[in-house]
Amino acid sequence: MSEEDRNHISEELAAADAVRPEKFENAICIRGLRNQFGDAVIHDGLDLDVQSGEILGVVGGSGTGKSVLMRSIIGLQTPTAGEIEVYGKTLDTIADEEESRDLRRRWGVMFQGGALFSTLSVAENIQVPLREFYPRLDQRLLDEIAAYKVAMVGLPPDAGPKFPAELSGGMVKRAGLARALALDPALLFLDEPTAGLDPIGAAKFDELIRELADTMGLTVFLITHDLDSLYATCDRVAVLAEKKVIAVGTIPELLATEHPWIQDYFNGPRGRAAAGCNIATERQDRKS
Amino acid sequence: MVARADFEHSDGAEGAEVRFTGRLTLARLGDVPARLDALGPIATLDLSALERIDTVGAWIVTRTVNEHGAKIVGASPDAERLLEALASDKSEYRVHRDRRPAWIRMLEQVGTASTAIWHELLGIVGFFGAMIVALGTQIRARRRLRWNAVVTRFQTVGVDALPIIGLMSFLIGIVIAQQGAVQLEQFGLEVFTINLVGRASIRELGLLMTAIMVAGRSGSAFAAQIGTMKLTEEVDAMRTIGVSPMEAIVLPRVAASTITMPLLGFYASLCAIAGGGAFVWIGLDIPPLTYIQRLREIIPMTDFWIMLIKAPVFGILIGVTGCYEGMQVRQNAEEVGKRTTSAVVAAIFLVIVLDALFAVFFSSLGWN
Repeated sequence: MSEEDRNHISEELAAADAVRPEKFENAICIRGLRNQFGDAVIHDGLDLDVQSGEILGVVGGSGTGKSVLMRSIIGLQTPTAGEIEVYGKTLDTIADEEESRDLRRRWGVMFQGGALFSTLSVAENIQVPLREFYPRLDQRLLDEIAAYKVAMVGLPPDAGPKFPAELSGGMVKRAGLARALALDPALLFLDEPTAGLDPIGAAKFDELIRELADTMGLTVFLITHDLDSLYATCDRVAVLAEKKVIAVGTIPELLATEHPWIQDYFNGPRGRAAAGCNIATERQDRKS
Repeated sequence: MVARADFEHSDGAEGAEVRFTGRLTLARLGDVPARLDALGPIATLDLSALERIDTVGAWIVTRTVNEHGAKIVGASPDAERLLEALASDKSEYRVHRDRRPAWIRMLEQVGTASTAIWHELLGIVGFFGAMIVALGTQIRARRRLRWNAVVTRFQTVGVDALPIIGLMSFLIGIVIAQQGAVQLEQFGLEVFTINLVGRASIRELGLLMTAIMVAGRSGSAFAAQIGTMKLTEEVDAMRTIGVSPMEAIVLPRVAASTITMPLLGFYASLCAIAGGGAFVWIGLDIPPLTYIQRLREIIPMTDFWIMLIKAPVFGILIGVTGCYEGMQVRQNAEEVGKRTTSAVVAAIFLVIVLDALFAVFFSSLGWN
């Protein structure tokens, strides 16, 4: 490698040091967020901290702006007011292109429908972010990384060359997750990962998320409707209602609060079924 | 600044002993993989001095272990977790489709393209048949044609196209007259420009240009609309409810294009004649009245009939091709674009082929 190349790489590295996830106790820090579409106020004075290394579940009724919250954090939606810091950086105020790229490199996003590029195969989909951020990687390593990520998310060995249209719903979600994990992000956003999956597939997906988060030390921002997912994967749960986060905490902590929506949510028939099931498996685990 | 990935190596009895330092992560990989490859046999990999390792780093380590049979020493618990996850799975993960030599692929492409053309033609004929059957059942069951849908298409296929088709035909009329006049002047026969403009526009050009325009405007729109409906499963939903997509989507569109084509074709011919007349008046000093009188003498009624016979056929062809291509959309959004393109290309191509057949046919009937 020539001297020039080395210099170039050290410059790249210097720029890449702008964001240092490991230094922050809170991966995401939101203060006074306000989102408004015309007259409709979605969020008003929303505060939320996501701690590094935790899996935070975000729940709320339909239309409470869970997805809007995620889109605001990753910069797809400019908030009307308020501040969002991800690893100490605010996306709106980053003037430096390099710095904002570096921030984007730290997170992976899995959209609800997978949002795979339909003209690319699964392996090529995974390689898109790699090519974008590390154009110097050679093809062999790119292929190996793609194969590795395919294996990591539990797709079958022949899934790599397939196109998104040839995959089942569960496989599309896994492929979407593999692309989100392509850059080894520190922060993972999941928008309804188990929606549209059958209970067995959903349970397996929950397990996968838990496993990956443990192995890779991920911080996960998980939007879900699925009570089983909440019990199986989340360290803490944030409840969105009345245009803000009304409570954050572990599920037992939330159950202790008096808020009627939270009580309805966790103590409704579905909530109790999920909780009962969870307790039953825990008992079984203890026995064995 | 954080240290990038690097390694030191010392030669041992069975191969190099490699000691990684810094961060073995995607962002800081640098030239490590290339240098590792250049190293020759490797006996041990020492991970104890690593600051951090991620999945890509773990892969580099695993790859070296698999290739050289190297031992791993001093892995931190984090690194061990990552490595374990990798080691447990030994199946071959594929990334690319099978690759064949270029000349075989070229032959294959030629072959596929040829059969595709044949299948497309068969498909269009089959689709036309299915449509006729659907029309038959609709009539037999005494269900009414969906006139509301037909009238809506009238608006988009016919009325909305009037300005552009009018302008285009007018200009074409001028061009034919002007070019004709330049040639005929050499023989002093510029009066015959009127014959040229009159007969060409009524018999061929007015209708042909209209067909091309309608194929581009409406054939493509049919294909894209129906293709999108296929993608969003609207067509399937329709079938489940018991509504035949042929009756609800295809027939109104084909009916609209069939009925509007003669009207648009006639209108286009008139516009072309008007354009030719404008040029003849200004360029050759032949007054409009003489122009019209002369047209009545030279244009036989058969020219008009020829146009009226061809027009609905072209209309059916454009409608059927557009709807057929739309119905073929499967899988993804890219298909919609591809199918729309081939709807327009196939429609224009078939219109011109049929036009040539008609020309031969009518000539042999003696309709000159």
